[in-house]
Amino acid sequence: MPNPIPIPTPMPRLQLHGISKRYPGCLANDGIDLCIQPGEIHALLGENGAGKSTLMKIIYGVTHADSGDMHWQGQRVSLRNPAQARSLGIGMVFQHFSLFETLTVAQNIALAMGATAGAPQALAPKIREVAQRYGLVLEPQRLVHSLSIGERQRVEIVRCLMQDIRLLILDEPTSVLTPQEADELFVTLRRLASEGCSILFISHKLAEVRALCHSATVLRGGRVAGHCRPAECSDQQLAQLMVGDAAQWLVDYPKASGGATFLTVSGLSWANPDPFGCSLHDIDLQVRSGEVVGIAGVAGNGQDELLALLSGEQRLPRQDASRIAFADQAVADLPPDARRRLGQAFVPAERLGHAAVPELSLADNALLTAFQQGLVSHGLIQRAKVVALAETIIQRFAVKAAGAQAPARSLSGGNLQKFILGREILQQPRLLVAAHPTWGVDVGAAATIHRALITLRDAGAAILVISEDLDELLHISDRLAALCGGRLSAQQPTASTTLSEVGAWMAGQFDRPHSPAPALA
Amino acid sequence: MLLSLEPRGQHSRLMLWCSPLLAAALTLACGSLLFIALGHDPLLTLHTLLIAPISDGYGVSELLVKALPILLCALGLAVAYQARIWNIGAEGQLLLGALAGSAAAVHLIDWQSRWALVLVLGTGTLAGALWAGLTAWLRTRFNANEILTSIMLNYIALNLLLFCVHGPLKDPAGFNFPESAMFGEASRLPLLTAEGRVHAGVYFALLALVAVWVLLQKSFIGFQIKVLGLDKRAAAFVGFRHKRLVWLALLISGGLAGLAGVCEVSGPIGQLVPQVSPGYGYAAITVAFLGRLNPIGILFASLLMALLYLGGESAQMSMNLPPAITQLFQGMMLFFLLACDVLILYRPRLNLRWARRAPATHVQAGAL
Repeated sequence: MPNPIPIPTPMPRLQLHGISKRYPGCLANDGIDLCIQPGEIHALLGENGAGKSTLMKIIYGVTHADSGDMHWQGQRVSLRNPAQARSLGIGMVFQHFSLFETLTVAQNIALAMGATAGAPQALAPKIREVAQRYGLVLEPQRLVHSLSIGERQRVEIVRCLMQDIRLLILDEPTSVLTPQEADELFVTLRRLASEGCSILFISHKLAEVRALCHSATVLRGGRVAGHCRPAECSDQQLAQLMVGDAAQWLVDYPKASGGATFLTVSGLSWANPDPFGCSLHDIDLQVRSGEVVGIAGVAGNGQDELLALLSGEQRLPRQDASRIAFADQAVADLPPDARRRLGQAFVPAERLGHAAVPELSLADNALLTAFQQGLVSHGLIQRAKVVALAETIIQRFAVKAAGAQAPARSLSGGNLQKFILGREILQQPRLLVAAHPTWGVDVGAAATIHRALITLRDAGAAILVISEDLDELLHISDRLAALCGGRLSAQQPTASTTLSEVGAWMAGQFDRPHSPAPALA
Repeated sequence: MLLSLEPRGQHSRLMLWCSPLLAAALTLACGSLLFIALGHDPLLTLHTLLIAPISDGYGVSELLVKALPILLCALGLAVAYQARIWNIGAEGQLLLGALAGSAAAVHLIDWQSRWALVLVLGTGTLAGALWAGLTAWLRTRFNANEILTSIMLNYIALNLLLFCVHGPLKDPAGFNFPESAMFGEASRLPLLTAEGRVHAGVYFALLALVAVWVLLQKSFIGFQIKVLGLDKRAAAFVGFRHKRLVWLALLISGGLAGLAGVCEVSGPIGQLVPQVSPGYGYAAITVAFLGRLNPIGILFASLLMALLYLGGESAQMSMNLPPAITQLFQGMMLFFLLACDVLILYRPRLNLRWARRAPATHVQAGAL
């Protein structure tokens, strides 16, 4: 349960008045008011692009507001840089960590603290003490590259706690954690808040905001859409504040059981040449036509490696070709275009720079993967057909873009993702592999993408979705598995699993009936 | 910063056209100041540099003769640069084309058939392509940086040429001058006009222009080359063959440079001499970028570059301007052209910060 709600005081910890920030072509923050009391856990909710990141960068002194004032404990301040923010007692944990992998935890913290770190030998006990006080398990002498993502996040949090912290900002902290790890984080945060530290918690996951936060400010399109007490609001009400119209959002899709197996992965192992990368061990997976199989897992547990092997960017030698098969045809040694000819379509995790070329137009990006669909004749590009295809995708999937000639990078994340997914779906694939299909996408676009995937499933395609978002996987997949340390759990029908069971798989606790138990040493 | 640049987010169509004009105006203005400071009449100097060289038919024909090898090399480079393969070796590929073409021409010196010319041109083009192929092999086999290898191969090509012209290919009846024999009439490129030195190589250049335009703008191969250059991961994701495209781009690049070289020796020069190229291959790098890797742009840029070559020479002769001054003027023009291109992607903005600085108190560290 959340701590008792702090009583409003005449002198709030942080108060913002009419903060506005304009970037070329967009008003990121438009007259934002925000008030955080000492000891309050305050959620900043909003879709991607609602202006959350800009606002917290302003609070942390990374960027500067065009207008508006910021009051810190009753005194007006104007922050010039993060160092000044830290000196006031503001700490921030970014979504992407800034740690040196080859240094130890203590060395990383010493680097971040600068001159205030003091003597190196005195630092390690102090780190241990701070970590223990807040229930964070952390060994100062370990090298960062050997830490899991959750542990790395603890390093960042401890780094903030080493100073006299009065406001801790966390940017989507749970997006990299298993549900269990997230619960542990919440314990730490509640303890911090009970000691009087204010916490600004940025998220778009409604359930955890309701469980953790005292109050919430919801942003939509750069403005404050409303303030509320999340414990007293339903998902529907919160979602409505975030997107305006949430009626279509909470749809339940009936689960399907599929037909004949299309994709078969059997005994797939792959040794990663990158010493910090993840190797795959003995992966078994079947995806039937007409079903969605979801693979959960925390990032860095072999997702990228599995995806590269499935797409054909990483090929196996000929003798291992049958490790991956499309309806009995061995494909593991085939390049991506050959696999596409056999009916595969693919949505990689990164939209810009992998799925789409940022500088090229949408038309050219449509051609990028659809070139085997009669768009090239005698070596020449059939420009009219390419443009027509791009326009069809834009229209069918409601992509907001200036037209087929707009460069891919000019689109917002959600719109580009709809375009990429549309491009793959219109090729009428027999197998679609989609990685993180709604990562960083707003609620409305995510709903469109889910509906498109389910429609494709119902049309008889086999679909494999690899995602870090467990809610999403429970929502759309018919069967579920989880990757941990390069091993894949067995696949279970979604209807007969629970959140905590999948959480345990994500942490590596699964029986592997298919492989012999490791010999005792 | 008083003046800052803001990204526009996308290309400005207006600036795409205005930036060369703005650059020309700035060059003329700054050039005039330079000439005034040196005590020359600015208008007269500019006239000598830019207008006098092409004020008669002969001048125009010289312009074309100079522009031709630059254009051919730059077209080839544009193909490689679209794939972000930084071939700096057009000079060496050109020299090797000239050398191999000359070797063929010297052997076929008695042929009367026009097939001699075909063989000579073919040999030169092939030699240039193979020389670039060395770079491609080093890159695809050993992942060797093509900038380094292609530059080093330039020096090897130059020394090979010098060796041959002083040795195996030296004209036995040439009074020991380092020159080959004059080629037979059958292996010379025919002149197009009675006056001037414009030769049939112009047709090749036009053909190459159209071919490269179709390749880059219309063909699927060109699309693959472009994707490879912009985004290697996307190219791998859809299965474009990286090595094959590197080979292709470098072979085209080298072939066109080789053709430029062999056109020089079988066209205006008529024999192999040590100074086949005054650095056409290097000038072509600038020209390729000035033309924004677009064949039409490259056509204009190569004409401009040829004009600067000619103007520099005539200013040295008629006004006694030191070559350094004309090079400075050329450099200024290139600088302004490239600098103004920044305006295509960025918008300049005056920052009058002191005028609207908020009267907020800056909290000093540790004040709280």
